[in-house]
Amino acid sequence: MNEFFAMGGYAFFVWGSFGATAFVVVVEMVALRARRRRALDEARLATPDSLTAATQGVL
Amino acid sequence: MTSSSWYRYSSPATFYPIAGRLIPWFGWAAAVMAAIGTWIGLAIAPTDFQQGDAYRIIFIHVASAWMSMFMYVVMAAWSALFLGFNTRLSAMMAQAMAPTGALMTLIALVTGSLWGKPTWGTYWAWDARMTSELILLFLYMGVIALRNAIDDPRRADRACAVLSLVGVINVPIIYYSVKWWNTLHQGSSVSLTAAPKMAMTMLTGMLIMALAAWFYAIAVALYRVRVIMLERERGSAWVGELQEVKSR
Amino acid sequence: MATASVSSSLDAGAVLPGVRWALVRDLKLAFRSRAELGVQLMFYVIVVSLFPLATTPERNLLATMGPGVLWVAALLASLLSLPRLFAADFADGTLEQIALSPYPLPALISGKILAHWLTTGLPVALMAPLLGLQYAVEGEGLVILMLALLLGTPILSLLGAIGAALTLGLRSGGSLLALLILPLYVPVLIFGAGAVDAVRAGLGSAANVSLLGAGLLIAAVGAPFAAAAAVRIALD
Repeated sequence: MNEFFAMGGYAFFVWGSFGATAFVVVVEMVALRARRRRALDEARLATPDSLTAATQGVL
Repeated sequence: MTSSSWYRYSSPATFYPIAGRLIPWFGWAAAVMAAIGTWIGLAIAPTDFQQGDAYRIIFIHVASAWMSMFMYVVMAAWSALFLGFNTRLSAMMAQAMAPTGALMTLIALVTGSLWGKPTWGTYWAWDARMTSELILLFLYMGVIALRNAIDDPRRADRACAVLSLVGVINVPIIYYSVKWWNTLHQGSSVSLTAAPKMAMTMLTGMLIMALAAWFYAIAVALYRVRVIMLERERGSAWVGELQEVKSR
Repeated sequence: MATASVSSSLDAGAVLPGVRWALVRDLKLAFRSRAELGVQLMFYVIVVSLFPLATTPERNLLATMGPGVLWVAALLASLLSLPRLFAADFADGTLEQIALSPYPLPALISGKILAHWLTTGLPVALMAPLLGLQYAVEGEGLVILMLALLLGTPILSLLGAIGAALTLGLRSGGSLLALLILPLYVPVLIFGAGAVDAVRAGLGSAANVSLLGAGLLIAAVGAPFAAAAAVRIALD
C-alpha cells in the first residue's frame, strides 16, 4: 500500500497533479453553487410582489 | 424537426427545466467515469519502464488538454450560431463555456508542468504544446475579461462572439506557428502526449478520463447557463414562477 | 457580421472611393498631431535601446535577441497607438456619422487601418535597420528585418483594429486591448522575428517571408469585416 502512495518516488508530482485537479474542480463547483444562490436571492427580490401574491392565491 | 420547434427549445424559459433535468445525469456520469479512470490510471496501468510512475499524470493532462481546445471551438460555434440566428440561448451557452474552458486550460498547464519536472528536469519548458496552451489561456482570459468589462449584456454577447470567432480562426495558426518555432529552436525531444508504448489499459484509462472531462464540462456548462438565465431574466414572469424562486 | 458584408457587397463600386476617403481624412488628422506620432516613434526607439542596458552589450547575445526585441517593441508601439484608430471619432460622434455614410463600412475601416499603418507601422519598419545595427544585425539580416516588418506591421494594424473596435468606450480600454490582441499577435511575432533568425542560421528566410505575406493577405481580407462588425456593436 505504501508503495502505491509512493508512486515510485514521483509521489509529489503524481498526487500533486490529481490533487490540484480535484481542488480546482471542487473550487469551481463551490463557486458556481454560491453564484446560483446569489442569483436566486436576486431573482426573489426582483419578482414583483403582486405576481407572487397572485400565484399563491391560485395555489 | 421543424425550425419553429428549434426556436422554442432555444427560449430560456423552455431550456431552463430541460437543463435542470440533464445536469444530474451528466454530473454523476462524470463522477463515475473520473473514479474509474483514476483507478485505472493510478492502480491498474503498469509502471512505464522509461518514465516510471510519473507518466500517470498524462491521464489527467491529456483529457484536460483535449477539453481545453475543444471547448474553445464549441464556444466559437455557439457564438457563430448566435450571430447567425440571434438566439439568446446560444450567447448564454457561449458565456457558460468560457470559465470551464479556462479552467481546463489551467489544469492542462499545471499537470503538464508537474509532468515536466521529473521528465524534462524543469517545471516549464517552451514546448510547443505547453506554449500553445498558455496562449489559449490568454485567449480565454480575453473573452472573460471583455465580457466583464461590458455592462450591457446584449453588447457583451455580440462583442464576445466576434472575439471568439476571431480567436478560433487564430488557434490553429498559433498552434502551427508555435510548433514551427519550437522545431527550429530544437525543443525538447520528449513530447508530453507521445506516450511510451500505448498499452491497451492506458488507452482505455485515457479515453475514460476524456469522457469524464466531457461529461463534467457539459454538466457545469448547463449548470452555469441556468445561473446566467436567472441573473439575466430576473423579474420576468417565468423566473418568478420557478419553484426555487418562490420557495423560502 | 453577415449583414454588414452583404450590404457592402451591393455597392462594390464604392469600395475604393471609401478606402481613399477614410485614408485621406485620417492622414490629414494624423498630420495635424504629428508631434504625437513622433513621440510614439521615440517610444519604440527607447524601448529597443533599453534592452542592452538591462541584459548585456555582448555582440553575439545581442545579435541573437535583437530581432525579437525589435519585434516586441514594434508590437508594443502598435498597441499603444491603436486607441487612436477609433477612440476620438467614437467620443465626438464622428464614428456614427462615418458608419451612416454611403460608403461601405469595411471599406472605410480599411482606409483607417491603412492610415494607421502608414503613420505607425511604416516608420517603425523604416527605423528598424538603424536600430538593428545597435544589435549587431548585419547585411542581409537588416534587409530581411525591414522586409519582415513591412509585411508584418500591417497585420498588427489589421488585427489591432478588431480589438480597438471591440473595446471602444470601455473603462479598462487600454489594458483590456492588450489582453485581447497580444495573444493574436503571436504568429506574426514568431514568423517576423524568425525571418532574421533564419538568415543568421543560414537557412534562408523565404518560408518566413512568404508566410507573413500569406498572413497579410488573409488579414487584409478578413479583418476589416470583423472590425466593421465590432464597430457596429459598439455603436448600437
